[in-house]
Amino acid sequence: MTSFGRFVAAARARGALVVQPRMGFSDPARMRAGLLATKGAADAVAGTLTIDSYTRVGDEPAAVRALNADVPLNGYPITSYSPLTSHWVLDGIPGPDFPVQVRHGSASPQRIVSALARLGLTATEGGPISYCLPYGRTPLVDSVRNWQQACEQLAALRDIGAAPHLESFGGCMLGQLCPPGLLVAISALEALFFHRAGLRSISLSYTQQTNPTQDRQAVRALRRLAAELLPDTDWHVVLYTYMGVYPRTPHGARALLERSAELAVRAGADRLIVKTAAEAHRIPTVAENTHALRIAARAAARTTAPARADGHDRTDNPVYAEARALVDAVLDLDADLGKALLAAFEHGYLDVPFCLHPDNAGRTRSHIDAAGRITWSDIGALPIGRVSAPRGARLTAGGLYDALTYVQRRYDEAPAPRSAPGPQHPADDEHAHDLLEV
Amino acid sequence: MTQPAQSAPRDPSGPLDVVVTGLPSDAHTWNLVFMQLLLEDLGHHVVNLGPCIAQDEIVESCCKYQPDLLVVSSVNGHGFHDAEQLVRALRARWELAGLPAVVGGKLGVHGAEGRTGHRRRLLSAGFDAVFHDEEGLAPFTAFVTALAADRPPPVPAGAGEGAGR
Repeated sequence: MTSFGRFVAAARARGALVVQPRMGFSDPARMRAGLLATKGAADAVAGTLTIDSYTRVGDEPAAVRALNADVPLNGYPITSYSPLTSHWVLDGIPGPDFPVQVRHGSASPQRIVSALARLGLTATEGGPISYCLPYGRTPLVDSVRNWQQACEQLAALRDIGAAPHLESFGGCMLGQLCPPGLLVAISALEALFFHRAGLRSISLSYTQQTNPTQDRQAVRALRRLAAELLPDTDWHVVLYTYMGVYPRTPHGARALLERSAELAVRAGADRLIVKTAAEAHRIPTVAENTHALRIAARAAARTTAPARADGHDRTDNPVYAEARALVDAVLDLDADLGKALLAAFEHGYLDVPFCLHPDNAGRTRSHIDAAGRITWSDIGALPIGRVSAPRGARLTAGGLYDALTYVQRRYDEAPAPRSAPGPQHPADDEHAHDLLEV
Repeated sequence: MTQPAQSAPRDPSGPLDVVVTGLPSDAHTWNLVFMQLLLEDLGHHVVNLGPCIAQDEIVESCCKYQPDLLVVSSVNGHGFHDAEQLVRALRARWELAGLPAVVGGKLGVHGAEGRTGHRRRLLSAGFDAVFHDEEGLAPFTAFVTALAADRPPPVPAGAGEGAGR
């Protein structure tokens, strides 16, 4: 049986960064073609089956209605197709050199986990916080219970000789403007939640943000925390190429993707989920996905890892200090981690800036400082008073717009290589709602 | 007695109490955060209901908070239908029949022709204004400023029936 963790470890051993798309189609033939095309796109590729948003929220009747009416969905409805159809989609594709992971975004993932296990798949993604808070209004208490069950379902696959793998989506949250210390803490806490539920192959995530130095510190902090918190575990760090408002120019989009691959190699992430330039506007095509995988793999191959990119980073790391303070404060709340997470949000010990979920305290705010780092403008009740830097001013609506488009502007306005000199300006149609399609 | 006890008259020169909300089928958050900050920058108080919220919950929240303005924002291109149903449900409640309510964002997936039709349908369904993102923010801020300036003078406490809008 395929082992996702073993595949990533083997790629690491030969110095290759695993690259992976976010890809899902409702048409079985297209899904199969997409998997086959990505399989050969680079040296080390993991396949993805992204689930549609009806299935994500548990509205399978709506998914079936759409399929019957020939309306394409934004992903593969794994619980609505017969296992026969899904076996046909996957036939001969997953293997030791090409594991396939199911990515979905559900706060009630039990049925999705059952479905993927029936298909012989063993790797998926999520977490009680990260698949709940950013999407909709499922109460956190329900998400924690659902994810506890899903983790136990997955862990039970170990009894039949599989090596189930679960990735925390905690390094993303709202995609942008979340200070790295909090992202790292949430990812680490979710990984520990998986571990306590019996999983022993786990990945921890972090999303590329606005400042390369801060991003490097964040990935190293995540590795250090993982080494400290996850004994007897096969773990690795997965990096997501920038998840916020994306550059509009082809050279800007490409440069941002290349920087993420370089960051992964330099900071010691073993896997990269790529982003296509088309993603901000529509579901990317198979060709756009394979193109992005090739660009990322080439950029990674050109980059050399520093000698000490191992987990024993003992240099002064402000992101680690903040994340460790958050993790310790949460673990002190209750011996049961699920209960500790609920209490942490209740007390505002974990509080995601700008997140509107009813269970999020909403007392923190963040901004981008003069050096391009994401920092706190208000820490609310976060227990990081002793370790966090001085706070900045509250964001205005205009300031929020500038912060959300900071990366887009920087990459679009940089001169394109081998083109006419001078900065290039993207189509000048900036207005408020334009940024908000993320 | 037809007026809920908590909706005591407020100082008309003071800030508006605004409810900002997404729609049931729209998971986008940043547009709602942006609208909240924009209204706060103008000096108003905001309760933000967030994304993916059920229609009934929006209606009940308006009954509970008795805001001076409801702002509906949607950017996923499917907001038109949800918004039309929402405002009909809102206007079916006598307490909310006079609540100023506006909707904006990317409401449909079609071009200018669709926008004109959407605007007409949403206005006739009960919205007081419809703002399409192509028009920028100025029409929206002008609407809010005019609403804050035009509020009826406060009714003395205990004046009773008909004291609403």
